Amino acid sequence: MTRVGVVTFPGSLDDQDAARAIRLAGAEAISLWHGDHDLQGVDAVLLPGGFSYGDYLRCGAIARFAPVMTEVIAEAAKGMPVLGICNGFQILCESHLLPGALIRNDHRKFGCLDQRLRIENNTTAWTNSYDQGAEVTIVLKNGEGSFVADEDTLDRLEAEGRVVARYLGNPNGSLRDIAGVTNERGNVVGLMPHPEHAVEDLCGPGTDGLGFFTSVLQATIGA
Amino acid sequence: MARVVVDVMPKPEILDPQGKAVQGALPRLGFTGVTDVRQGKRFELEIDGDLTDERLAEVHKMAETLLSNPVIEDYVVSVADSAETGGSQG
Repeated sequence: MTRVGVVTFPGSLDDQDAARAIRLAGAEAISLWHGDHDLQGVDAVLLPGGFSYGDYLRCGAIARFAPVMTEVIAEAAKGMPVLGICNGFQILCESHLLPGALIRNDHRKFGCLDQRLRIENNTTAWTNSYDQGAEVTIVLKNGEGSFVADEDTLDRLEAEGRVVARYLGNPNGSLRDIAGVTNERGNVVGLMPHPEHAVEDLCGPGTDGLGFFTSVLQATIGA
Repeated sequence: MARVVVDVMPKPEILDPQGKAVQGALPRLGFTGVTDVRQGKRFELEIDGDLTDERLAEVHKMAETLLSNPVIEDYVVSVADSAETGGSQG
């Protein structure tokens, strides 16, 4: 069975929901601790949402130097699938595993809504279950979710198909409506919305988010 | 002991919603004529021993690695009365 590690940092909020989504997708969720230099032999890693280290300094800036990140960065470079959701996306940007940065929403308010997205790249380790161009509804909840990068970087991301998901109706000022990006290899994905909150009909806006977790099963079986 | 100050500011082209919020609050308090506000961070580092070039170079490294995010921020390192510029702050 595919084993997906979920890292808990001080201040992580969505680690349990992420683990649940991984189990619903048919994989085994393994709890990883920020302070351990140990990935416990997992096949993929998920950095969950929350407010690691209280968002002190900058979101993700301190978590990026947590002991476990040494191993996450090393394995990501070798091709291990890594997904960062919300605060996890911020950590991946601070780690330079992904380009750009996330700054405060342009409307200066915390946003919490069911957000429409378009899957722009369905070839990554975390989006291969979706149809190219699929439109999905996934919860978005953040105060600092506005994706920024310089124009050259944005042009490169577009040209290389590295925009993974785009907002339909820009909720926070993200440049070019970018909701998620990937690295050159397509194994590292950062996503501001929370697919782990859209995996069951009982709570949340539906099950559109499940595809991110079933995708990694395909990616790790193929590896 | 020496005190080194690192000032970190959002790059000019990066939207600064916090600065905008402060700018919006000023007229409500009767303060007029402020055309822009940018909000940054100031770090005061107490450095043990003499402030050698090596130590100062290390402060620059700290500023680039942790204190600022070069994607969205510039920094300036200052020592006592003299100032050393880092990043691309204009």
